[in-house]
Amino acid sequence: MIKNKVLLSALFASMLALGACASKGDKTASTPTPSTGSAYNDTAGAGTQLGGEDARTAAERALSNNLVYFDYDSSAIKPEYQSVVDSYAKYLSANPVAKVRIEGHTDERGTREYNIGLGERRANAVKDALTARGVTPAQISVISYGEERPVAEGHDESAWSQNRRAQIIRQ
Amino acid sequence: MSIFKRIVAAAALVCGLSSLPAQAQLEITVTGGDVGALPIAIVPFAQPAGLTTDLAQVINNDLQRSGRFRTLAREEMRQRPSEMASFDPAPWKQQGIDNVVIGKAWDDGKGGFVVRFFLVDSLSGKQIIAYDYPIRNVSQARYAAHWIADKIYEQLLGIPGYFNTKIAYVVAKGLGFQRTYQLVIADSDGENPQYPINSRETIMSPSWSPDRKKIALVGYERGRSAIYIYSTETGQVQKLVSEKGINGSPAWSPDGTKMAFVLSFETNPDIYVMDLATKQRKRLTDHYGIDTEPAWSPDGSKIVFTSDRGGKPQIYEMSANGGEPRRLTFQGSQNLRPSYSPDGKSIVFVNTDGGQRVAVQDLTTGVMRVLSSGPLDEGPSFAPGGAVIIYSSQGPKGRQLETVSIDGRVRLTMRQAGGDVQEPAWSPLMK
Repeated sequence: MIKNKVLLSALFASMLALGACASKGDKTASTPTPSTGSAYNDTAGAGTQLGGEDARTAAERALSNNLVYFDYDSSAIKPEYQSVVDSYAKYLSANPVAKVRIEGHTDERGTREYNIGLGERRANAVKDALTARGVTPAQISVISYGEERPVAEGHDESAWSQNRRAQIIRQ
Repeated sequence: MSIFKRIVAAAALVCGLSSLPAQAQLEITVTGGDVGALPIAIVPFAQPAGLTTDLAQVINNDLQRSGRFRTLAREEMRQRPSEMASFDPAPWKQQGIDNVVIGKAWDDGKGGFVVRFFLVDSLSGKQIIAYDYPIRNVSQARYAAHWIADKIYEQLLGIPGYFNTKIAYVVAKGLGFQRTYQLVIADSDGENPQYPINSRETIMSPSWSPDRKKIALVGYERGRSAIYIYSTETGQVQKLVSEKGINGSPAWSPDGTKMAFVLSFETNPDIYVMDLATKQRKRLTDHYGIDTEPAWSPDGSKIVFTSDRGGKPQIYEMSANGGEPRRLTFQGSQNLRPSYSPDGKSIVFVNTDGGQRVAVQDLTTGVMRVLSSGPLDEGPSFAPGGAVIIYSSQGPKGRQLETVSIDGRVRLTMRQAGGDVQEPAWSPLMK
């Protein structure tokens, strides 16, 4: 007899119930840039623009770049992703009640539990970069998924480079 | 509040979780010579039409993939006796087959069957062992065959067979936050998979209790991980520990009284041991590197683990009470996820030179042997008895389970219908 049990997340249950049957063919194969390549990019406020952006819209747009990509087995934040950290540092400093969760991810190489450690190290690197810019640590939570949540299939560098990431998610 | 809620109907309604994999497809590859493998023939059993399981084939596969036997192909059998009265030792002797298994089964008139087998020495023509094994219905037939394989293995090798055991593993499907996870418990040959836990968030690192009544595993819920204990008897799931940060790598002590695991809430990933009766825990490592993937020595005195304290992940060993770790691996840029052989004389782990491959190292000589071909093999551990190692490899349709005999000669692939099959954990022997 099979005993079915569901480890149910209230947070994601409704989203997944709707999304679970969707085609998997819509993933992007682009090279990682701060604004693409995520299955659940935080695009709040990044709507179509008519005319010039005001400052608030521009800030929102900057926050839509919420991904930091890493080199293999590294947790160093590369220069091209400092702007992602800067945008969130500015946002969190200006909004002391705002909170973010930073999720750390790895590619599939290395073992699973080691990668949980590496993913946490990456997420903490982003957290440390934010607090170094004056953000209160209480505004930031960190979780590692290791290699368990790939966004790109495939077993080569193009997929691996998209999966080695930390993502900042507004709460 | 228990997060593993009993939602039987809901699970069936979510299309991503309702399509269970079909039964495993077994593919056995034998390479190289067979020095030390015992020649044996498993003659097809005379069975009634209602008993649809090919008993001899199940026994044959069990014995062959252990690497300890060389089985005779059916087309090379010149006779197919099913009783001692019709057994002629001469043709088997000519073919160099020292041991022959013959048998038959019949209806018991109550919906069940009786399976009878003889293990025969073809030199003397005499039976070595013979048993009748009654089964209640056809679904028990594979267990009868595994039981027979265990009897033959033990009789001829002098160590207990391990075929009437279970394998727990994780199946993951989908990408990103649409990825779903199942804990699967199957027979030792991958058949009869059961799916006791389904999750929309990550589950990983299943670990059997020594009495095979419980499985510890890591689960995530709402952005937090925890170590849970699933009871295979009651189906209940209990949370053991959930600190901020990482809760990972649960490993039962050999006597079942303690559990080693990894927590990061104090600083970063370090190894802890909890007394399961008192829930008291002790921190065994305190280092700024990642310390993870602990495994106990069979006598419970030592713990082997992965650490990147030297820069890259390598394997270290320490006393189960803590103390200064000693580095064990020096060959290759990375070595990870170690566990001991049942005799405690060697460890199996992942070596990353030339791809990610399964390697075994003799703890006395320090000699390392690579047993698999990669490129993305992971999660190796010894089967009970130590004859084979199980691990997960990247196959054409996703991750799949493989076993390899410790001489590297016999490899078995268990293919599933879809998804990534990962993190196999072989149950202990039934005591």
